[in-house]
Amino acid sequence: MSTVQAGRNADDKRPIYFDYQATTPCDPRVVAAMIPWFTEKFGNPHSRNHLYGWEAEDAVETAREQIADIIGADAKEIVFTSGATESNNLAIKGVARFNRDRKDHIVTVNTEHKCVLDTCRHLEQEGFKVTYLPVQQNGLVDLAVLEAAITDRTGIVSVMAANNEIGVIQPIAEIGAICKAKGVYFHTDAAQAVGKIPLDVNAMNIDLMSISGHKIYGPKGIGALYVRRRPRVRLEALIHGGGQERGMRSGTLPTPLVVGLGEACRIAKAEMGAEAERLKGLRTRMLDGLNARLPELYVNGDLEHRLPGNLNISFAFVEGEGLMMGVKDIAVSSGSACTSASLEPSYVLRALGVDAEMAHTSLRLGLGRYTTEAEVDFAVGHIADAVTRLRELSPLWEMHQEGIDIKSIEWAAH
Amino acid sequence: MAYSEKVIDHYEHPRNVGSFGKDEDGVGTGLVGAPACGDVMKLQIKVSPEGIIEDAKFKTFGCGSAIASSSLVTEWVKGKTLDQAATIKNTDIAQHLVLPPVKIHCSVLAEDAVKAAIADYKSKSNGLHSKKAAE
Repeated sequence: MSTVQAGRNADDKRPIYFDYQATTPCDPRVVAAMIPWFTEKFGNPHSRNHLYGWEAEDAVETAREQIADIIGADAKEIVFTSGATESNNLAIKGVARFNRDRKDHIVTVNTEHKCVLDTCRHLEQEGFKVTYLPVQQNGLVDLAVLEAAITDRTGIVSVMAANNEIGVIQPIAEIGAICKAKGVYFHTDAAQAVGKIPLDVNAMNIDLMSISGHKIYGPKGIGALYVRRRPRVRLEALIHGGGQERGMRSGTLPTPLVVGLGEACRIAKAEMGAEAERLKGLRTRMLDGLNARLPELYVNGDLEHRLPGNLNISFAFVEGEGLMMGVKDIAVSSGSACTSASLEPSYVLRALGVDAEMAHTSLRLGLGRYTTEAEVDFAVGHIADAVTRLRELSPLWEMHQEGIDIKSIEWAAH
Repeated sequence: MAYSEKVIDHYEHPRNVGSFGKDEDGVGTGLVGAPACGDVMKLQIKVSPEGIIEDAKFKTFGCGSAIASSSLVTEWVKGKTLDQAATIKNTDIAQHLVLPPVKIHCSVLAEDAVKAAIADYKSKSNGLHSKKAAE
């Protein structure tokens, strides 16, 4: 029996990309910067004895500067990794294990990325205690609650700068100040935030920061971890070997990928302000357009403290995966259970207090560097058409129109 | 996720979408699932005095596989007696639509919807066409 990929339309055009939080295309300038390092200047940057090694090392160190520059750090404080997942693992496990005797408590938030949450769960099995803070309905952490959770056994607080599902930006500077006052290390997973909002590790009192290449128009397979040197943060390495990256992460550095990440950061720093303005304008255009055509829309998460390019919307009475099938000319993702392998609705949306049924109706829309006004207008029409059509198919919409309160019904779930 | 051609067909061209009046003569309504689960199916059958399902309508809140499963059963029940319709198995639905394992529950819900509609019809018709007492 043949299968047809959902997402292809009749004449097999590629869908318009609206999933910039999932990943981003490489900026062509990034690719251009990477190319020489594959076949021409292919040396191992740790080879000390010849030109091939020296030129590769120079390129790596230039990239290190570019990455440090965008977060207000020193180049010596940048450790290259395979991505933010590895950086998160290294930061949390590394610091926790190093200080295990005196500090065996970790504080984090229940809306963190799975790689943070799963790392914490793993550490619980090693005997650490973890507090998973709740968030408010707007997605933001309550600073008083956070402060109260810190004890004299707390070694590290980990709070992401910007959330991948709802784009909400946490009060990082305030959290940093609290952690500094309490003498606790502050780690932030900034994968979605670097290059999109201004970050300064000193002004914000950040001790560790995870950075992802493929979220900022750089290549996949590369990331970095900022590790403060003054005062020095010590951590246990995850990967042992030749002692590269000051012993914190052994392994030959992938020169092209490192160069790509550096170039991506350089571009992001130069263009961040203008890009943020442009994306905010496009996002407003999209939201206004959808609101004009559709009733019963709900934006999930704070609209103000939010990444400029992110929208997460619940379209009441229409299920998310069904909706995605109906918008195959755009590429989006959903907080619907059906689209996750576990059939559970998005834990981030649930943490906001969004009802399970509303979590099932959500779409995440991510705008980015290459999104145009015309594409936004097309998407608005396309989504509105699909939602309207699916509401005609929906018994819940029918009940809503009849004035029945859906919450009052006793559902006989199977 | 890759959908089968049949699922896409039912999704793009759903059969028998709509509603009968709940209190119309000869109508049985099955409402199954729950919004919290992301799957709600409303299946209605219109039964002739001779006990044949002459028409069916559905509305579904759910993914493509759920919509396809319920659309399919509205086609399958037409022309059947109540007892015949009650034998529709989720495995047949799943096989016909080539549902992957993670979507089998959609076919189960569709089977439940048929049974619920039949039960509702029987409870209203005073056991006219059923030898069993209403449950």
